[in-house]
Amino acid sequence: MPVFAALADTTRLRLLRRLSAEGPLSITRLSEGTGVTRQAITRHLYALGDVGLVRRARKGREQIWDLNAKRLGIARRYLDQVAAQWDVAAARLKALVEGPEAG
Amino acid sequence: MTAKTRASRAGASTDRIEKRVVLRAPRARVWRAISDATQFATWFHVKLDGAFVEGIVTRGQTTEKGYEHLKIEMQVQRIEPERYFAYRWHPYPIDPKVDYSNEPTTLVEFTLEEAAEGGGTAVTIVESGFDRIPLARRAEAYRMNDGGWSGQIKNLERYVA
Repeated sequence: MPVFAALADTTRLRLLRRLSAEGPLSITRLSEGTGVTRQAITRHLYALGDVGLVRRARKGREQIWDLNAKRLGIARRYLDQVAAQWDVAAARLKALVEGPEAG
Repeated sequence: MTAKTRASRAGASTDRIEKRVVLRAPRARVWRAISDATQFATWFHVKLDGAFVEGIVTRGQTTEKGYEHLKIEMQVQRIEPERYFAYRWHPYPIDPKVDYSNEPTTLVEFTLEEAAEGGGTAVTIVESGFDRIPLARRAEAYRMNDGGWSGQIKNLERYVA
């Protein structure tokens, strides 16, 4: 699954937001108040793990999950960069059409 | 910078970039700048081998300083005079040693309309389909392009100041 598709699911997005706001959390904590089963939350975490957005670690006997911030940053910066390229191109288009038209 | 870019950072919309720019020029003039391959080439900084025709691939290379070796292929999807122009391409193929032809493409769409804001022409540029571009490619593009584009933006700031 491509990384952006992994981000397109609301449950997965919610998981990422919580990990981002609260730091590493156990599956138990991540399931609380979601109305989604632990099994489903686990599946979503593995989907996010497969594209490198989250990482699994162990704390005592409990499994905890954490954001892989580096990976998230790549996906985001790439889009920012493409957007910046369009900014530059659009400014050149503007300069062209607002100036005199060459024969 | 007068152009505004929206690159949403969460949800399904991370798949696309949308930009709207208002140009103080008649629609016919803007249409020529976008749909005429020769004029497109001047502001997009590419050299193209032919005209834009629906269903036909226009090939070329960039004329961006330092990136002249990069080939581009624009698969023209639809042309609706003075209203809509769309093509597919491989976004920013930065490594000449890599064959990108089997990778997914993104769709670039230009939509023209009369600007409500005191005349002129509003152009909306949408590039979509980033979902399907492998993360490794994006990481590589970011790494290789960063220096170049920082420089470009400085040039632009000097130009529009």
